[in-house]
Amino acid sequence: MKRRTLLATAALGLSMAFGGAAGAQALDKAKACFVYVGPIGDLGWSYQHHQGALAVQAAYGDKVEVVWQENVPEGADAERVLTQMALSGCNIIFTTSFGYMDATNAVAAKFPDVKFEHATGFKREHPNVATYNARFYEGRAIQGHIAGKMTKSNKIGYIGSFPIPEVVMGINAYYLHAKKVNPAVELTVVWAFTWFDPAKEADAAKAMIEQGVDVIASHTDSTAPLAEAAKSNGAVIGFGQASDMADYKPSPRVSSIIDNWAPYYVKRVGEVLEGTWTQTDVWAGIKEGEVEIGEITSVVPADVKAEAEAMRDAIAAGTYHPFTGPIKKQDGSEWLAEGAVAPDGDLLGMNFYVEGITGDIPK
Amino acid sequence: MLRLEKRPSPSRFWQGMTPVLAVALTMVAGGIMFALLGKNPVEAIRTIFWDPLFNEQFASYSRPQLLVKAGPLILIAIGLSLGFRAGIWNIGAEGQYIMGAILGAGVGLAFYPAEHWFIFPLMVVAGALGGWAWAMIPAILRTRFNTNEILVSLLLVYVAQNLLAAMSLGLLRNPEGGGFPGSRNLSQYPAAANPELMAGTGMHWGVVAAFVAVIAAYVLLQRHILGFHIKLAGQAPRAARFAGVNPKALVVMCMGISGALAGLAGLFEVSGPAGQISIDFNVGYGFTAIIVAFLGRLNPVGILFAGLLMALTYIGGELAQFMLGLPAAAIQAFQGMLLFFLLAVDLLTNYRIRLAVKKEAV
Repeated sequence: MKRRTLLATAALGLSMAFGGAAGAQALDKAKACFVYVGPIGDLGWSYQHHQGALAVQAAYGDKVEVVWQENVPEGADAERVLTQMALSGCNIIFTTSFGYMDATNAVAAKFPDVKFEHATGFKREHPNVATYNARFYEGRAIQGHIAGKMTKSNKIGYIGSFPIPEVVMGINAYYLHAKKVNPAVELTVVWAFTWFDPAKEADAAKAMIEQGVDVIASHTDSTAPLAEAAKSNGAVIGFGQASDMADYKPSPRVSSIIDNWAPYYVKRVGEVLEGTWTQTDVWAGIKEGEVEIGEITSVVPADVKAEAEAMRDAIAAGTYHPFTGPIKKQDGSEWLAEGAVAPDGDLLGMNFYVEGITGDIPK
Repeated sequence: MLRLEKRPSPSRFWQGMTPVLAVALTMVAGGIMFALLGKNPVEAIRTIFWDPLFNEQFASYSRPQLLVKAGPLILIAIGLSLGFRAGIWNIGAEGQYIMGAILGAGVGLAFYPAEHWFIFPLMVVAGALGGWAWAMIPAILRTRFNTNEILVSLLLVYVAQNLLAAMSLGLLRNPEGGGFPGSRNLSQYPAAANPELMAGTGMHWGVVAAFVAVIAAYVLLQRHILGFHIKLAGQAPRAARFAGVNPKALVVMCMGISGALAGLAGLFEVSGPAGQISIDFNVGYGFTAIIVAFLGRLNPVGILFAGLLMALTYIGGELAQFMLGLPAAAIQAFQGMLLFFLLAVDLLTNYRIRLAVKKEAV
């Protein structure tokens, strides 16, 4: 494979030029690179990753050069972008969307000296690929609690992005906790099949509002669902997703899940500088500060707010797990026995709804 | 005062020069935009046009990538240019590209995981067929019911996009994909893969097909009666009718060729660089190819260079994004300027700019 050797030579030349990135050597200066699936200005997912990138810059100053590229499609173009980044001397590359999984592993094979960090994926085919994710379902449980208490029509909604385990587990956590406080609650799920498309997200929100849904959670990246809810003069509420989306406070945004990638990014880039980076698979949550619950606004009654915060603190303390049995699957079969806690493996492969949710996961 | 004066016949000099002038003007206007964004314009332009070709760090990788990116653009643009010359406006190449990819990938996946030599050739045929069939809809609607092929072909793009989403979620979804939409990776299935033919060159069958299409179109236009009919129908429709050109047959022919080539481009892309059918598989090659066709003056050789130039702005644009921190939108605006200036300076082909000093006759 002439191309491989060519690239390997180029990578070798670079790593020497940049002070020998190979092995467990400390670096004087590192280049940290970030690939975003949406625009930084989505004010959601990509924005939040970029905040993490900026935190890296702030933490290390001149010792780290931070570069990024936004709007990179999850396909043929991702592989080229990653290769060009590796060739440009990046020491560590963060690929911040599930769809970059194959491209990340393919490029990692060609650049063994460059570290790759893939968000939300599960493939670590080479020793220089690490994966990381956050336990967003913990935040979903709290949102579900608020939704169950706040809904007047007993209809709550969820805008799904793609039917992958990550999203399905969020839907289940949201529904379970709404149902717990409000047995009459019904959940409507609309699949947008995109991570970022404000027009589609707004359409999904609109369709749900027309059906009488008055609490909307979304798993897509823009503020469009909140903007749509804002037109209802307080009748419909929602949550900030990925980012605080504080512009929509105090209503329709009554709380939020904030992805705080900064501590992880700062730590991992630091390890590259020290030469102690190793392959890991990290799944952190509220406890580690990677998932934050944004301020619960005054629209929410004080007792509901107190309950929601108590749940947050219990999850942080490790005394409560949002998936604690008894829980049945949609088809009525048992998933978790009384008192049993869901193993991580079950969550990461979750492809079923829990009992009570109507509709099917798209197959 | 400046005044426009119609030339008696289109200027050959300006026909060749306008693309060059448009590129130069784009560089100037783009440079001003980059400067306003607080970037060094010279550095930005150099990163876009020079670094992908000659930068020591990147060139060995990005030069072959030029072919990968230009291949589908050229292939589609060649097909479109034939119709455009005859005044037949297929704007829906993006849809035909998608349909070629779906049908071709579908044929390949139907055989998975069998290994037969005939699978890939069969996929190529299916890809061309898919694009052809999708183009036949506007073609037949036009010849039968006199509908406008611009609208019909364009709107069919959106139909194709929804079919693509349905396919990635349903029929063609990878059963081992963990619920994520998208088909199996064809580039990891040897019998259906369209790999790099010579390592490190970026050459795959789609690039080969693009070069063959350039030569075939050149010969067609220069030597073949169909090429003559196409040119005649575009330049003098009435004369064409007297010369025995059947306008309906010409519509079907031009739409069919452009559809089939777009379908081929889709097939080669899905089995090679993209690897799989996914919801956002199409990235706008079918629309960009329209720019390429006009940038290349609807001339096969011109299209070859225009396709390479367009690919250069894509790859250089990506470099500029992460090397200089230029926003993605600025790169898209830059590419848009290229078409804008091309259309604007095109005026010079048919008109002469005169300093109007002539006084009214007294």
